[in-house]
Amino acid sequence: MTQPERSSSTAGEARVVALVSSGRHPVSGRAGRAREDARAVEMGLTLAGASLHLAHAGDAEERRCRSTWACSTALDGAGGPGELSLLPMAAGDDAVPLLASWLEAYGANLVLTGQRAECGEGSGLLPYLLAERLGWAVATGVAAIEHYAGDRVTVLQALPQGQRRRLEVRLPCLLCVDGVAPMPRQSAFGPSRRGRVEAVSNVTAEPDTLQAAWQWQPARARPSVSRWSSRPTLVTASRPLRPSRRLPGGRCSPISRRTRQRRS
Amino acid sequence: MLQTLLPILIFAALAVGAAGAVRRIRLWRQGRRTPMRWHRLVLMPKRYLNDLHHVVARDKAIAHTHVATAGGFVAAMALALVVHGFGWRNPILGGLLLAASLCMFIGALAVNRRRIDPPAKLSKGPWQRLSKSLLAYSVGMFLVSLPLVGVAPTLLGGGVLALILLALVAWGLAEMLIGMGWGGPMKHAFAGTFHLAFHRRPERFDDQHRDVAHDVHRGSRSTALFPLDLTAKTLGVEKPADFQWEQLLGFDACVQCGRCQNVCPAYAAGQPLNPKKLIQDMVVGMAGGSDARYAGSGYPGIEVGKHHGGPTDAIVPQLVEAQTLWACTTCRACVEECPMMIEHVDAIVDMRRFITLERGETPEKGAAAIDNLIATDNPGGLDNASRLDWAADLDIPRIQQRPEGVDVLLWLGDGAFDMRNQRTLRSLVKILHAAEVDFAVLGDEERDSGDVARRLGDEATFQRLAERNIATLSRYRFQRIVTADPHSFHVLGREYGAFGGDYVVKHHSTFIAELFDAGRLSVKAAEPGETVTYHDPCYLGRYNGEFAAPRQVLAALGVEVAEMERSGYRSRCCGGGGGAALSDVPGKARIPDMRMEDVRETGATTVAVACPQCTAMLEGVVEPRPQVKDLAELVAAALVEPAAAPTARTSSEAPEEVPA
Repeated sequence: MTQPERSSSTAGEARVVALVSSGRHPVSGRAGRAREDARAVEMGLTLAGASLHLAHAGDAEERRCRSTWACSTALDGAGGPGELSLLPMAAGDDAVPLLASWLEAYGANLVLTGQRAECGEGSGLLPYLLAERLGWAVATGVAAIEHYAGDRVTVLQALPQGQRRRLEVRLPCLLCVDGVAPMPRQSAFGPSRRGRVEAVSNVTAEPDTLQAAWQWQPARARPSVSRWSSRPTLVTASRPLRPSRRLPGGRCSPISRRTRQRRS
Repeated sequence: MLQTLLPILIFAALAVGAAGAVRRIRLWRQGRRTPMRWHRLVLMPKRYLNDLHHVVARDKAIAHTHVATAGGFVAAMALALVVHGFGWRNPILGGLLLAASLCMFIGALAVNRRRIDPPAKLSKGPWQRLSKSLLAYSVGMFLVSLPLVGVAPTLLGGGVLALILLALVAWGLAEMLIGMGWGGPMKHAFAGTFHLAFHRRPERFDDQHRDVAHDVHRGSRSTALFPLDLTAKTLGVEKPADFQWEQLLGFDACVQCGRCQNVCPAYAAGQPLNPKKLIQDMVVGMAGGSDARYAGSGYPGIEVGKHHGGPTDAIVPQLVEAQTLWACTTCRACVEECPMMIEHVDAIVDMRRFITLERGETPEKGAAAIDNLIATDNPGGLDNASRLDWAADLDIPRIQQRPEGVDVLLWLGDGAFDMRNQRTLRSLVKILHAAEVDFAVLGDEERDSGDVARRLGDEATFQRLAERNIATLSRYRFQRIVTADPHSFHVLGREYGAFGGDYVVKHHSTFIAELFDAGRLSVKAAEPGETVTYHDPCYLGRYNGEFAAPRQVLAALGVEVAEMERSGYRSRCCGGGGGAALSDVPGKARIPDMRMEDVRETGATTVAVACPQCTAMLEGVVEPRPQVKDLAELVAAALVEPAAAPTARTSSEAPEEVPA
């Protein structure tokens, strides 16, 4: 990826923060870096270098995040060992107010994160809720940061089928990085030993009251329906069709076209 | 005049040379210090005359030349010191001095003859000059010593002739004594002396083996990589001063003979690696300066003279390009050939460790393999539970169901995920069943041995895998481990010991040979007319000295083995070791293509292999080519099954040719 252009800013130094969560490997289920968050960190390192700051809201006792995240070599270079702020919260707490108050206190004006956590609730709503609470702009599906100026940032947003849309976003803003963003750099064992995890003590988490009211039940196995199935009745019978189903080739599926006709 | 000037010359040269030697020792001692074992100096002469000579003598002409030249010089120098230096002008000593000079002269003539049109592997520059200096010293010393035995007038001096003779002797002394201390070509003798005494792998020498008749292949006596202390401040080698001082000393002992260059598969393939240049670059880094004075072949595709280094400057990329380090297949051919017993592979892995562990700059596919190893315990990122999918119909006992213990634990290795290697494993299982071996597998509890991670420099992942595998193995009872993967064989057998895992590990070729010896396998006669050649895997042969068993197995099958020119301890690597298949450094040719060319030269229709990596690399060569068969496949195909065996299986194992 090309280095994003940086204009000399009048609004002072950028305070770039990457929000990171614990990942879960799709095959083994082992904890590690969350893949989209890793790309967000990579984007932040490309933009801000060693001044990138990482933040993680989670279990204060879980020291694994050190090896998971304080591993980025650029954090280790000139600016001393990389630092990660750990915002302690319990499993039933709400991360949004916690992160919002910390980000305001830290003075962040550009926050990068993945689109959806790999474990836990994983609803993908956190960036929106966070931006809403902070009153910031939010851009999702970010594939690259093209240009950074003191008060705004130009990004490329990933759309289906390789399309890109150029967006100009006013700072402060929250960018959700897409899986098509540049590959994250390799995590290195040496710097990860030296990376510091600073537990933030002046923030208190609030319990997630909404979540507490939810009812949890194991997922039910559903009949798997192939998009290529020759029996449209099964599709319509089992679940409502989404309005636009697109095939990798860009054509509408014959099934959905037929069923849409039938529905109209 | 001669009698006054000669002692002055000799002692001046000695003093200047000694000053240079002190400076040189300081350069070595920039490396990481280890406890000094002074008593090992006593071992030096025997190591030199026995172990070193053993390697040099693979080329008889060079060995004889070196014996004459070096022996002549040492004797002539010692005698000259007594006769000319201290003035004990004894005719007998004088006669001996003449004889020694003559011997050195004959050796020097041979050296000069070789230097008229030197082979490409040799370095030129100062090394070309050395051949002349040897002549100058021997001729000069011979002539100035003639008066001692009364052949020439006692007062030879006084004329122009005396001045010429003095100039010759001075030239010789400058090269031999001053050059030895100040980094001339003769430095090899001085550094080599200490290198042999303080070698980092003393097991390589005969004196460390109580049993004199020790028949283990010398090159395979000490091949395990050294464990890395993961709590150290920086991991691996960033700058020359990060090497252990014995390693720096070893680099300085290089004679630039180019034997390593001749056997290096990466160099032959035009990849940017030349072991000789790499060692010289380490010397440049240790002493500080640029590689412009290097007078040998460089790294293919990289210009000589553009790189520079210093003892506390980073090696990569100012001194050595990262591509050079990643091109190495860790085949150990260079170490095997090196007459000075320099450890190239250790140095390369040390530098890789820094790149991977501190910089996180492993080549892309290598980094992906490491990430997968961390997440899933195998380099492919596959579900470990699918490790036995290929054996669903084979009725393989799991060790978990055998708490009383088994004779053989079959270690599958990561080949279990590879469809080609699954055929080998199925054959091996068939053989084990046929021989009624009491065996079991670990199943999904088996993890990668850590070989690839370790060779790619990720010692942290290797140690984690090693500790977990050792913990798993400690829960089960078995007599020995048998594996079809020489890399697992090497790592389990040789490298787990440092982490508390001591096992009897056998490669399947050794085990099958034992089964044949015990008469537990019966095979039908081989088809006549088919020629087979055998490709020695590096990690089985050079690393572990097993050259005989695979050939025994082929002999038991009754096939005729046509050996390749480079076989046994000189076998050429397939290109798949040391993570080289992952780093995939571009070159002019592919290493497996070159190896297949070796196979074709024998006229063989089948090349027998004994390693999943070799199988994959050699089968990657485009057809038409000799077919690639693992030893286990050859044995399984020839098995005569007992009558009780189900006929269905026999027919499925040997399908008849049916036109499609």
